[in-house]
Amino acid sequence: MQRYSGFGLLKHSFSHHENWQRMWRTPTPKPVYDVIIVGGGGHGLATAYYLAKEFGVRNVAVIEKGWLGGGNTARNTTIVRSNYLWDESAQLYEHAMKLWEGLSQDLNYNVMFSQRGVFNLGHTLQDMRDIERRVSANRLNGIDGEVLNAKQVEELIPYLDCSKNTRYPVMGASLQRRGGVARHDAVAWGYARAADALGVDLIQQTEVIGFRKENGAVIGVETNRGFIGGKRVGVVTAGNSGHMAKLAGFRLPLESHPLQALVSEPIKPIIDSVIMSNQVHGYISQSDKGDLVIGAGIDGYNGYGQRGSYPTIEHTLQAIVEMFPVLSRVRMNRQWGGIVDTTPDACPIIAKTPVPNLFFNCGWGTGGFKATPGSGHVFAASLAKGEMHPLAKAFSIERFHNGALIDEHGAAGVAH
Amino acid sequence: MLHIFCPHCGELRSEEEFHAKGQAHIPRPLDPNACTDEEWGNYLFFRDNPRGLHHELWIHAAGCRQYFNVTRHTVTYEILETYKIGEKPGVTEASVAAKKAVAQGVTA
Repeated sequence: MQRYSGFGLLKHSFSHHENWQRMWRTPTPKPVYDVIIVGGGGHGLATAYYLAKEFGVRNVAVIEKGWLGGGNTARNTTIVRSNYLWDESAQLYEHAMKLWEGLSQDLNYNVMFSQRGVFNLGHTLQDMRDIERRVSANRLNGIDGEVLNAKQVEELIPYLDCSKNTRYPVMGASLQRRGGVARHDAVAWGYARAADALGVDLIQQTEVIGFRKENGAVIGVETNRGFIGGKRVGVVTAGNSGHMAKLAGFRLPLESHPLQALVSEPIKPIIDSVIMSNQVHGYISQSDKGDLVIGAGIDGYNGYGQRGSYPTIEHTLQAIVEMFPVLSRVRMNRQWGGIVDTTPDACPIIAKTPVPNLFFNCGWGTGGFKATPGSGHVFAASLAKGEMHPLAKAFSIERFHNGALIDEHGAAGVAH
Repeated sequence: MLHIFCPHCGELRSEEEFHAKGQAHIPRPLDPNACTDEEWGNYLFFRDNPRGLHHELWIHAAGCRQYFNVTRHTVTYEILETYKIGEKPGVTEASVAAKKAVAQGVTA
């Protein structure tokens, strides 16, 4: 792999940037791999990268039905934070946060990770009590967090309507300064390029249509390009995980919903942090290009259509205008929907399945992007050893039968 | 925007008046105390999540406030029918497959 550097940029400028090498190969599938990853999004590519880099498993294939990072990796609002309430999830997301902090250097690819701070606004007394509880829990877990009052919020976010005349006046906020945003595409491409350099085969335009089993255990996947053997198979297919489980012959407690986001026309810098509100129900940040990146809740019905409903767009923009009346005449440029696989407790499933040698990493719901490096790392460790990583153990499928749920609904400031 | 026919009101109304409430036709266990953890967990948390036809429960929240069932395609979002609680769906995976077979000239 040609390493990227300032010197390289200069060198290639002499040849009009026409001789940059391809970022990854387009390999023909081998008959058998040590590990097959189904799904070439951020989580799947991160899994492949850490398998090759940290766990010495280089005979790995990532099988993707479309193109790399074309699903939810390309369809989120790029927010990164780790201020989750419960120990299990806080530790998992903080594991990811620590990896984010060194990711650009690690991958030799600029993922544009910007720790600009994430605010979770409180609009009611109960919101403020929940914020204090969550920030205290975060600090006990070694995660940074601050509780701000309305005055401090007003000073830090000048365009936010903090007057008493709004329907839900801002009473305060939590602030995680280490939170921020990252460039979503760069995350997928950076992991793909680094994984490819370590020998991982990235196989695109290949759809898994079934699992081949022998004595009940998985021995590979059937694809629209034929059979590919795999000693272990990890499925990381986000919204389509319920469908993959059906192909493998079991059920998962998942429901797939469209989650929409929008970007505005580019405007001058106005918002220098990430601002989320559960009560008014919307969140917003501004990209380096100047677009406002806006999101809110999922569409109420199940769907795989990768588009959402108009009432949800209207609801989202109402919330944004309620918080930032100054944006009322900004025009929206683009809108899209990703398919999120939600679990009953708003926590992921990173687990072995009833089928031996088949592992699932799914159920990230509305908050998967921020976990990309951590999710990939713990899933890679689990696939390499055949035993779940300690941080992943709590996220089993069994928790929906034994009752050990990790209830992050609302608790984590999850906007949904 | 979806237009949904409410079988109670007898007219097409806009999506905003309705809420989706998830999978339909889930029988509550007659004796919950007799359920194993697995049975109870399955009843509470495990839902069909098909990429295709889905029978689901909706409520006409800003209308007659009554529940009814909908058969909807989860990729095209097309609503194939609505019917009252207690009735059986007229359109199912099997009926669609049979229709397709007839259209293609396959005789059973």
